[in-house]
Amino acid sequence: MTQTDHRAAFMAELIAVAPDLDAGTVGENDHLQDDLGLDSMDFLNLVSALHRRFGLPIPESDYPLLSTPARAVAYLDRMLGPSG
Amino acid sequence: MSDFTMPSLGADMEAGKLVEWLVAPGDRVARGDVVAVVETQKGAIEIECHEAGEVTELVAEVGQTLPVGAVLARIGGAVDAPPPRAPEPPARPAPAAASPSPERTPAPVPEPAPGGGAVAASPAARARAAGAGVDLTRIAGSGPGNAVLLADVERALGARPGGASEPTQGKSRPGLDMVEMRRAIAAAMSRAKREIPHYYLFHEIDLQAAQDRLAALNAARTPDRRLLIGALLVHATVGALAKVPELNGRFEAAPFAPAGAVHCGIAVAMRGGGLIAPAILNAQGKDPDAIMDAMRDLVTRTRAGRLRMSEITQGTITVSSLGDGGVDALFGVIFPPQVALVGFGTPRLRPMVHEGRIVPRLAVTVSLAADHRVSDGRRGAQFLAEIDRLLQEPVIP
Repeated sequence: MTQTDHRAAFMAELIAVAPDLDAGTVGENDHLQDDLGLDSMDFLNLVSALHRRFGLPIPESDYPLLSTPARAVAYLDRMLGPSG
Repeated sequence: MSDFTMPSLGADMEAGKLVEWLVAPGDRVARGDVVAVVETQKGAIEIECHEAGEVTELVAEVGQTLPVGAVLARIGGAVDAPPPRAPEPPARPAPAAASPSPERTPAPVPEPAPGGGAVAASPAARARAAGAGVDLTRIAGSGPGNAVLLADVERALGARPGGASEPTQGKSRPGLDMVEMRRAIAAAMSRAKREIPHYYLFHEIDLQAAQDRLAALNAARTPDRRLLIGALLVHATVGALAKVPELNGRFEAAPFAPAGAVHCGIAVAMRGGGLIAPAILNAQGKDPDAIMDAMRDLVTRTRAGRLRMSEITQGTITVSSLGDGGVDALFGVIFPPQVALVGFGTPRLRPMVHEGRIVPRLAVTVSLAADHRVSDGRRGAQFLAEIDRLLQEPVIP
Protein backbone atom coordinates (compact mmCIF):
# COMPACT_ATOMS: atom_id res chain seq x y z
CA MET A 1 0.00 0.00 0.00
CA THR A 2 1.17 3.47 -0.76
CA GLN A 3 1.06 6.47 1.50
CA THR A 4 -1.80 7.76 -0.64
CA ASP A 5 -3.73 4.56 0.04
CA HIS A 6 -3.13 4.89 3.77
CA ARG A 7 -4.33 8.46 3.68
CA ALA A 8 -7.45 7.56 1.71
CA ALA A 9 -8.22 4.69 4.08
CA PHE A 10 -7.71 6.87 7.13
CA MET A 11 -9.93 9.62 5.75
CA ALA A 12 -12.67 7.13 4.84
CA GLU A 13 -12.71 5.75 8.38
CA LEU A 14 -12.58 9.24 9.87
CA ILE A 15 -15.61 10.37 7.88
CA ALA A 16 -17.40 7.13 8.74
CA VAL A 17 -17.15 7.84 12.48
CA ALA A 18 -17.77 11.57 12.04
CA PRO A 19 -20.21 11.79 9.11
CA ASP A 20 -20.80 15.48 9.73
CA LEU A 21 -17.18 16.32 8.90
CA ASP A 22 -16.42 17.52 5.39
CA ALA A 23 -13.44 15.57 4.06
CA GLY A 24 -12.45 18.48 1.83
CA THR A 25 -11.86 20.79 4.77
CA VAL A 26 -9.90 18.42 7.01
CA GLY A 27 -6.29 19.60 7.24
CA GLU A 28 -3.25 17.34 7.49
CA ASN A 29 -2.33 18.80 10.83
CA ASP A 30 -5.77 19.24 12.32
CA HIS A 31 -5.92 17.74 15.77
CA LEU A 32 -8.67 15.14 15.77
CA GLN A 33 -10.02 16.11 19.16
CA ASP A 34 -9.08 19.78 19.57
CA ASP A 35 -9.68 20.93 15.98
CA LEU A 36 -12.13 18.42 14.52
CA GLY A 37 -14.13 17.86 17.69
CA LEU A 38 -13.92 14.08 17.96
CA ASP A 39 -14.81 12.93 21.44
CA SER A 40 -13.26 9.93 23.16
CA MET A 41 -15.97 7.61 21.81
CA ASP A 42 -15.48 8.85 18.23
CA PHE A 43 -11.73 8.39 18.57
CA LEU A 44 -12.09 4.86 19.92
CA ASN A 45 -14.47 4.04 17.05
CA LEU A 46 -11.83 5.34 14.62
CA VAL A 47 -9.11 3.23 16.24
CA SER A 48 -11.45 0.21 16.13
CA ALA A 49 -12.09 0.77 12.42
CA LEU A 50 -8.35 1.02 11.67
CA HIS A 51 -7.82 -2.15 13.68
CA ARG A 52 -10.46 -3.95 11.63
CA ARG A 53 -9.13 -2.67 8.32
CA PHE A 54 -5.42 -3.24 8.90
CA GLY A 55 -5.28 -5.81 11.70
CA LEU A 56 -3.04 -3.57 13.81
CA PRO A 57 -3.34 -3.93 17.59
CA ILE A 58 -2.98 -0.13 18.22
CA PRO A 59 -2.45 -0.20 21.99
CA GLU A 60 -3.70 2.78 24.03
CA SER A 61 -0.11 3.95 24.46
CA ASP A 62 0.00 4.58 20.69
CA TYR A 63 -3.08 6.83 20.69
CA PRO A 64 -1.01 10.06 20.74
CA LEU A 65 0.65 8.91 17.49
CA LEU A 66 -2.73 9.14 15.77
CA SER A 67 -3.58 12.66 16.87
CA THR A 68 -3.67 14.24 13.37
CA PRO A 69 -4.20 12.86 9.85
CA ALA A 70 -0.52 13.44 9.03
CA ARG A 71 0.68 11.65 12.15
CA ALA A 72 -1.80 8.81 11.67
CA VAL A 73 -0.72 8.20 8.07
CA ALA A 74 2.92 8.21 9.17
CA TYR A 75 2.01 5.70 11.86
CA LEU A 76 0.27 3.42 9.35
CA ASP A 77 3.25 3.68 6.98
CA ARG A 78 5.61 2.77 9.80
CA MET A 79 3.55 -0.16 11.05
CA LEU A 80 2.52 -1.54 7.67
CA GLY A 81 5.44 -0.51 5.48
CA PRO A 82 5.12 2.24 2.89
CA SER A 83 5.86 -0.09 0.00
CA GLY A 84 3.94 0.16 -3.15
CA MET B 1 -59.49 0.70 15.63
CA SER B 2 -57.15 3.38 16.87
CA ASP B 3 -55.22 6.29 15.48
CA PHE B 4 -51.47 6.46 15.29
CA THR B 5 -50.67 10.15 15.67
CA MET B 6 -47.76 12.54 15.31
CA PRO B 7 -46.07 12.31 18.72
CA SER B 8 -44.65 15.19 20.70
CA LEU B 9 -40.90 14.75 20.90
CA GLY B 10 -40.18 17.84 22.93
CA ALA B 11 -41.90 20.61 24.84
CA ASP B 12 -41.60 23.06 21.97
CA MET B 13 -42.41 20.70 19.13
CA GLU B 14 -45.52 21.80 17.25
CA ALA B 15 -45.18 19.80 14.07
CA GLY B 16 -43.03 17.13 12.48
CA LYS B 17 -42.27 16.04 8.96
CA LEU B 18 -42.97 12.45 8.03
CA VAL B 19 -39.97 11.27 6.05
CA GLU B 20 -40.46 7.52 5.87
CA TRP B 21 -43.04 4.80 6.41
CA LEU B 22 -41.63 1.45 7.59
CA VAL B 23 -45.00 -0.33 7.39
CA ALA B 24 -47.68 -0.74 4.75
CA PRO B 25 -51.42 -1.38 4.98
CA GLY B 26 -51.98 -4.99 5.98
CA ASP B 27 -48.82 -5.25 8.08
CA ARG B 28 -49.20 -6.53 11.61
CA VAL B 29 -47.45 -4.45 14.25
CA ALA B 30 -46.59 -5.09 17.88
CA ARG B 31 -46.16 -2.59 20.65
CA GLY B 32 -42.72 -1.03 20.35
CA ASP B 33 -42.30 -1.68 16.65
CA VAL B 34 -40.71 1.15 14.71
CA VAL B 35 -43.30 2.17 12.13
CA ALA B 36 -42.26 5.59 10.83
CA VAL B 37 -39.44 8.13 10.73
CA VAL B 38 -40.10 11.76 11.57
CA GLU B 39 -37.67 14.60 10.97
CA THR B 40 -37.23 16.80 14.03
CA GLN B 41 -34.74 19.25 15.49
CA LYS B 42 -33.05 16.21 17.03
CA GLY B 43 -32.55 14.63 13.64
CA ALA B 44 -34.56 11.84 12.09
CA ILE B 45 -36.35 9.99 14.88
CA GLU B 46 -37.72 6.47 14.58
CA ILE B 47 -41.26 6.40 15.93
CA GLU B 48 -42.52 3.32 17.75
CA CYS B 49 -46.19 2.44 17.96
CA HIS B 50 -47.94 1.85 21.25
CA GLU B 51 -50.57 -0.55 20.01
CA ALA B 52 -50.66 -4.00 18.56
CA GLY B 53 -52.82 -4.70 15.56
CA GLU B 54 -52.97 -4.42 11.83
CA VAL B 55 -52.20 -1.30 9.87
CA THR B 56 -55.42 -0.57 8.01
CA GLU B 57 -54.59 2.79 6.46
CA LEU B 58 -51.67 5.15 6.04
CA VAL B 59 -53.28 8.57 6.31
CA ALA B 60 -50.21 10.76 6.07
CA GLU B 61 -47.92 10.87 3.09
CA VAL B 62 -44.15 10.98 3.14
CA GLY B 63 -43.01 14.57 2.90
CA GLN B 64 -45.98 16.02 4.77
CA THR B 65 -45.42 18.27 7.76
CA LEU B 66 -48.14 17.66 10.31
CA PRO B 67 -49.02 19.09 13.72
CA VAL B 68 -48.56 17.07 16.89
CA GLY B 69 -51.64 14.89 17.35
CA ALA B 70 -52.47 14.65 13.66
CA VAL B 71 -53.48 11.18 12.52
CA LEU B 72 -50.69 9.43 10.63
CA ALA B 73 -52.21 5.97 10.29
CA ARG B 74 -55.05 3.82 11.52
CA ILE B 75 -54.38 0.59 13.33
CA GLY B 76 -57.20 -1.86 13.71
CA GLY B 77 -58.03 -5.37 14.78
CA ALA B 78 -56.30 -5.06 18.11
CA VAL B 79 -57.54 -8.43 19.33
CA ASP B 80 -55.31 -8.47 22.37
CA ALA B 81 -57.06 -5.47 23.93
CA PRO B 82 -54.33 -2.92 24.50
CA PRO B 83 -54.51 -0.89 27.70
CA PRO B 84 -56.18 2.51 27.50
CA ARG B 85 -54.15 4.85 25.37
CA ALA B 86 -52.11 7.14 27.56
CA PRO B 87 -48.56 8.41 27.74
CA GLU B 88 -46.25 5.60 28.77
CA PRO B 89 -46.04 5.46 32.53
CA PRO B 90 -42.32 5.89 33.02
CA ALA B 91 -42.45 4.50 36.52
CA ARG B 92 -43.23 1.03 35.25
CA PRO B 93 -40.39 -1.36 36.01
CA ALA B 94 -38.29 -2.91 33.29
CA PRO B 95 -38.79 -3.90 30.61
CA ALA B 96 -40.18 -0.61 29.41
CA ALA B 97 -43.27 -0.85 27.30
CA ALA B 98 -41.29 0.38 24.36
CA SER B 99 -38.93 -2.58 24.52
CA PRO B 100 -40.60 -5.64 23.13
CA SER B 101 -37.74 -7.88 24.17
CA PRO B 102 -36.61 -8.04 27.79
CA GLU B 103 -33.07 -7.14 26.84
CA ARG B 104 -32.70 -4.76 23.95
CA THR B 105 -29.30 -5.65 22.59
CA PRO B 106 -28.22 -2.71 20.49
CA ALA B 107 -26.53 -3.51 17.24
CA PRO B 108 -23.06 -2.01 17.04
CA VAL B 109 -24.10 -0.14 13.94
CA PRO B 110 -27.50 0.95 12.70
CA GLU B 111 -29.08 -1.67 10.53
CA PRO B 112 -32.18 -1.50 8.42
CA ALA B 113 -35.18 -2.99 10.14
CA PRO B 114 -35.77 -6.45 8.71
CA GLY B 115 -38.23 -6.38 5.87
CA GLY B 116 -39.25 -2.84 6.63
CA GLY B 117 -37.38 -1.22 3.79
CA ALA B 118 -35.78 1.14 6.27
CA VAL B 119 -32.75 3.02 5.13
CA ALA B 120 -30.30 4.47 7.60
CA ALA B 121 -29.43 7.95 6.46
CA SER B 122 -28.29 11.23 7.91
CA PRO B 123 -30.91 13.99 8.18
CA ALA B 124 -29.07 16.06 5.58
CA ALA B 125 -29.04 13.11 3.18
CA ARG B 126 -32.78 12.60 3.68
CA ALA B 127 -33.54 16.24 3.09
CA ARG B 128 -31.39 16.37 -0.04
CA ALA B 129 -32.85 13.15 -1.44
CA ALA B 130 -36.40 14.25 -0.70
CA GLY B 131 -35.77 17.64 -2.30
CA ALA B 132 -34.35 16.04 -5.43
CA GLY B 133 -36.98 13.30 -5.55
CA VAL B 134 -34.44 10.50 -5.23
CA ASP B 135 -35.26 7.16 -3.62
CA LEU B 136 -32.87 6.62 -0.69
CA THR B 137 -33.07 2.86 -1.08
CA ARG B 138 -31.30 3.16 -4.43
CA ILE B 139 -28.28 4.93 -3.02
CA ALA B 140 -25.30 3.00 -1.66
CA GLY B 141 -24.41 4.37 1.75
CA SER B 142 -20.84 4.88 2.92
CA GLY B 143 -21.59 5.85 6.53
CA PRO B 144 -21.75 3.73 9.69
CA GLY B 145 -23.79 0.60 9.01
CA ASN B 146 -23.98 1.65 5.36
CA ALA B 147 -25.99 4.73 6.32
CA VAL B 148 -26.56 7.04 3.39
CA LEU B 149 -24.71 10.32 3.85
CA LEU B 150 -25.15 13.66 2.12
CA ALA B 151 -22.05 12.97 0.03
CA ASP B 152 -23.60 9.71 -1.22
CA VAL B 153 -26.73 11.53 -2.31
CA GLU B 154 -24.67 14.22 -4.03
CA ARG B 155 -22.67 11.53 -5.79
CA ALA B 156 -25.84 9.78 -6.94
CA LEU B 157 -27.27 13.07 -8.16
CA GLY B 158 -24.05 13.92 -9.96
CA ALA B 159 -24.06 10.56 -11.70
CA ARG B 160 -27.61 11.09 -12.89
CA PRO B 161 -27.99 12.62 -16.34
CA GLY B 162 -29.00 16.23 -15.99
CA GLY B 163 -28.93 16.01 -12.22
CA ALA B 164 -25.53 17.49 -11.73
CA SER B 165 -24.82 19.66 -8.75
CA GLU B 166 -27.66 22.03 -8.29
CA PRO B 167 -26.73 24.36 -5.49
CA THR B 168 -27.95 22.99 -2.16
CA GLN B 169 -30.06 25.53 -0.42
CA GLY B 170 -29.41 26.43 3.18
CA LYS B 171 -26.52 25.02 5.11
CA SER B 172 -23.37 23.93 3.39
CA ARG B 173 -22.49 21.74 6.34
CA PRO B 174 -24.15 18.37 6.62
CA GLY B 175 -25.95 17.74 9.86
CA LEU B 176 -28.84 19.00 11.85
CA ASP B 177 -30.85 22.16 11.76
CA MET B 178 -28.88 24.10 14.35
CA VAL B 179 -31.48 26.88 14.62
CA GLU B 180 -34.16 24.35 15.49
CA MET B 181 -31.92 22.50 17.91
CA ARG B 182 -30.99 25.73 19.66
CA ARG B 183 -34.68 26.56 19.99
CA ALA B 184 -35.38 23.12 21.53
CA ILE B 185 -32.54 23.52 24.02
CA ALA B 186 -33.72 27.03 24.88
CA ALA B 187 -37.26 25.80 25.55
CA ALA B 188 -36.18 22.91 27.76
CA MET B 189 -33.59 24.87 29.72
CA SER B 190 -35.87 27.90 30.22
CA ARG B 191 -38.55 25.60 31.57
CA ALA B 192 -36.02 23.93 33.87
CA LYS B 193 -34.85 27.24 35.34
CA ARG B 194 -38.41 28.54 35.61
CA GLU B 195 -39.98 25.48 37.24
CA ILE B 196 -37.27 23.47 38.96
CA PRO B 197 -35.68 24.72 42.18
CA HIS B 198 -32.19 23.33 41.62
CA TYR B 199 -29.68 22.61 44.35
CA TYR B 200 -26.08 21.69 43.61
CA LEU B 201 -23.44 19.51 45.22
CA PHE B 202 -20.00 18.51 44.08
CA HIS B 203 -17.37 16.03 45.12
CA GLU B 204 -13.85 15.08 44.04
CA ILE B 205 -13.31 11.39 43.30
CA ASP B 206 -9.99 9.53 43.12
CA LEU B 207 -10.13 7.66 39.81
CA GLN B 208 -6.61 6.26 39.83
CA ALA B 209 -7.55 2.74 40.91
CA ALA B 210 -10.33 2.55 38.32
CA GLN B 211 -8.03 3.94 35.63
CA ASP B 212 -5.29 1.40 36.50
CA ARG B 213 -7.70 -1.50 36.23
CA LEU B 214 -9.10 -0.11 33.01
CA ALA B 215 -5.65 0.27 31.43
CA ALA B 216 -4.77 -3.32 32.31
CA LEU B 217 -8.06 -4.57 30.94
CA ASN B 218 -7.79 -2.58 27.70
CA ALA B 219 -4.20 -3.70 27.10
CA ALA B 220 -5.49 -7.23 26.68
CA ARG B 221 -8.38 -6.26 24.41
CA THR B 222 -8.76 -5.31 20.79
CA PRO B 223 -9.90 -1.69 20.29
CA ASP B 224 -13.51 -2.59 19.58
CA ARG B 225 -13.81 -4.22 23.02
CA ARG B 226 -12.02 -1.56 25.05
CA LEU B 227 -13.82 0.40 27.73
CA LEU B 228 -13.74 4.15 28.19
CA ILE B 229 -13.57 5.62 31.68
CA GLY B 230 -16.83 7.36 30.77
CA ALA B 231 -18.60 4.00 30.74
CA LEU B 232 -17.42 3.37 34.31
CA LEU B 233 -18.73 6.79 35.37
CA VAL B 234 -22.17 6.04 33.89
CA HIS B 235 -22.15 2.54 35.38
CA ALA B 236 -21.41 3.93 38.85
CA THR B 237 -24.07 6.64 38.49
CA VAL B 238 -26.73 4.10 37.54
CA GLY B 239 -25.61 1.82 40.38
CA ALA B 240 -25.81 4.63 42.94
CA LEU B 241 -29.45 5.26 42.04
CA ALA B 242 -30.30 1.95 43.70
CA LYS B 243 -29.36 3.60 46.99
CA VAL B 244 -31.02 6.99 46.32
CA PRO B 245 -33.87 6.11 43.95
CA GLU B 246 -35.69 9.44 44.36
CA LEU B 247 -33.22 11.07 41.99
CA ASN B 248 -34.47 8.85 39.17
CA GLY B 249 -37.73 9.53 37.40
CA ARG B 250 -39.94 11.97 35.58
CA PHE B 251 -41.87 14.59 37.56
CA GLU B 252 -44.97 14.77 35.37
CA ALA B 253 -47.63 14.83 38.08
CA ALA B 254 -47.50 15.46 41.83
CA PRO B 255 -46.70 13.67 43.99
CA PHE B 256 -43.43 12.62 42.35
CA ALA B 257 -42.93 8.87 42.10
CA PRO B 258 -39.45 7.53 41.34
CA ALA B 259 -39.16 5.38 38.24
CA GLY B 260 -38.44 1.70 38.62
CA ALA B 261 -36.24 1.44 35.56
CA VAL B 262 -33.22 3.66 34.94
CA HIS B 263 -33.30 5.16 31.45
CA CYS B 264 -30.02 7.03 31.66
CA GLY B 265 -29.67 9.98 29.30
CA ILE B 266 -26.20 10.57 27.90
CA ALA B 267 -25.52 14.12 26.76
CA VAL B 268 -23.87 13.94 23.34
CA ALA B 269 -22.35 17.21 22.16
CA MET B 270 -22.77 17.90 18.47
CA ARG B 271 -19.87 19.35 16.54
CA GLY B 272 -20.88 22.84 15.55
CA GLY B 273 -22.96 23.31 18.68
CA GLY B 274 -25.95 21.90 20.42
CA LEU B 275 -26.44 18.60 22.16
CA ILE B 276 -28.82 15.67 22.37
CA ALA B 277 -29.27 13.45 25.42
CA PRO B 278 -30.70 10.11 24.27
CA ALA B 279 -31.20 7.51 26.98
CA ILE B 280 -29.74 4.08 27.57
CA LEU B 281 -32.98 2.22 28.25
CA ASN B 282 -33.04 -0.13 31.25
CA ALA B 283 -29.49 0.73 32.26
CA GLN B 284 -29.93 -0.81 35.70
CA GLY B 285 -28.26 -4.19 35.90
CA LYS B 286 -26.07 -3.63 32.85
CA ASP B 287 -22.39 -4.37 33.45
CA PRO B 288 -19.70 -1.92 32.27
CA ASP B 289 -19.31 -3.73 28.94
CA ALA B 290 -23.04 -3.51 28.26
CA ILE B 291 -23.07 0.18 29.24
CA MET B 292 -20.12 0.78 26.90
CA ASP B 293 -21.87 -1.02 24.03
CA ALA B 294 -25.02 1.00 24.62
CA MET B 295 -23.09 4.28 24.73
CA ARG B 296 -21.23 3.46 21.53
CA ASP B 297 -24.49 2.58 19.82
CA LEU B 298 -26.20 5.77 21.02
CA VAL B 299 -23.34 8.04 19.98
CA THR B 300 -23.10 6.37 16.56
CA ARG B 301 -26.82 6.71 15.93
CA THR B 302 -26.91 10.26 17.27
CA ARG B 303 -24.20 11.26 14.80
CA ALA B 304 -25.95 9.41 11.96
CA GLY B 305 -29.35 10.86 12.90
CA ARG B 306 -31.13 7.65 13.78
CA LEU B 307 -32.51 7.73 17.31
CA ARG B 308 -35.74 6.19 18.54
CA MET B 309 -38.60 8.09 20.10
CA SER B 310 -38.36 6.13 23.36
CA GLU B 311 -34.72 7.09 23.69
CA ILE B 312 -35.42 10.82 23.53
CA THR B 313 -38.69 10.91 25.46
CA GLN B 314 -38.28 8.44 28.33
CA GLY B 315 -35.02 9.46 30.05
CA THR B 316 -35.21 9.36 33.86
CA ILE B 317 -31.85 11.02 34.64
CA THR B 318 -29.07 12.54 32.55
CA VAL B 319 -25.30 12.22 32.74
CA SER B 320 -23.24 14.98 31.16
CA SER B 321 -19.54 14.33 30.86
CA LEU B 322 -16.96 16.82 29.59
CA GLY B 323 -14.57 14.08 28.49
CA ASP B 324 -11.00 14.83 27.50
CA GLY B 325 -9.75 18.34 27.04
CA GLY B 326 -12.44 20.05 29.10
CA VAL B 327 -12.32 21.72 32.48
CA ASP B 328 -12.56 20.51 36.06
CA ALA B 329 -16.29 20.62 36.70
CA LEU B 330 -19.68 21.25 35.19
CA PHE B 331 -22.87 22.22 36.98
CA GLY B 332 -25.79 21.18 34.84
CA VAL B 333 -29.34 22.26 34.24
CA ILE B 334 -31.89 19.49 34.78
CA PHE B 335 -33.60 18.20 31.64
CA PRO B 336 -37.31 18.46 32.54
CA PRO B 337 -39.32 16.56 33.62
CA GLN B 338 -36.34 14.70 35.05
CA VAL B 339 -35.26 15.53 38.59
CA ALA B 340 -31.48 15.22 38.52
CA LEU B 341 -28.48 15.77 36.29
CA VAL B 342 -25.04 14.36 37.07
CA GLY B 343 -22.06 16.23 35.65
CA PHE B 344 -18.53 14.90 35.32
CA GLY B 345 -15.63 17.25 34.63
CA THR B 346 -12.51 16.21 32.76
CA PRO B 347 -10.47 13.61 34.67
CA ARG B 348 -7.08 15.16 35.45
CA LEU B 349 -3.97 14.38 37.49
CA ARG B 350 -4.23 16.27 40.78
CA PRO B 351 -2.28 16.25 44.02
CA MET B 352 -4.25 14.04 46.38
CA VAL B 353 -3.67 12.51 49.78
CA HIS B 354 -3.36 8.78 49.25
CA GLU B 355 -2.30 6.46 52.06
CA GLY B 356 -1.02 9.41 54.06
CA ARG B 357 1.13 10.96 51.33
CA ILE B 358 0.49 13.66 48.76
CA VAL B 359 0.79 12.01 45.36
CA PRO B 360 -0.42 12.74 41.84
CA ARG B 361 -3.64 10.80 41.22
CA LEU B 362 -6.18 10.87 38.44
CA ALA B 363 -9.25 12.63 39.81
CA VAL B 364 -12.63 13.75 38.56
CA THR B 365 -15.11 16.22 40.00
CA VAL B 366 -18.67 14.96 39.94
CA SER B 367 -21.56 17.32 40.47
CA LEU B 368 -25.24 16.83 41.11
CA ALA B 369 -27.96 19.25 40.07
CA ALA B 370 -31.16 18.02 41.66
CA ASP B 371 -34.78 19.10 42.07
CA HIS B 372 -35.36 20.36 45.62
CA ARG B 373 -39.06 19.58 45.34
CA VAL B 374 -38.30 15.88 45.44
CA SER B 375 -34.95 15.46 47.20
CA ASP B 376 -32.72 17.19 49.72
CA GLY B 377 -29.02 17.89 49.97
CA ARG B 378 -28.38 15.14 52.46
CA ARG B 379 -29.71 12.48 50.10
CA GLY B 380 -27.92 14.08 47.21
CA ALA B 381 -24.68 13.90 49.16
CA GLN B 382 -25.27 10.21 49.88
CA PHE B 383 -25.75 9.70 46.16
CA LEU B 384 -22.43 11.30 45.19
CA ALA B 385 -20.66 9.42 47.99
CA GLU B 386 -22.13 6.18 46.64
CA ILE B 387 -20.83 6.97 43.13
CA ASP B 388 -17.40 7.48 44.70
CA ARG B 389 -17.62 4.20 46.62
CA LEU B 390 -18.67 2.25 43.55
CA LEU B 391 -15.77 3.66 41.54
CA GLN B 392 -13.33 2.34 44.15
CA GLU B 393 -14.69 -1.18 43.78
CA PRO B 394 -13.28 -3.51 41.17
CA VAL B 395 -16.32 -3.97 38.96
CA ILE B 396 -14.10 -4.91 36.07
CA PRO B 397 -11.76 -7.91 36.02
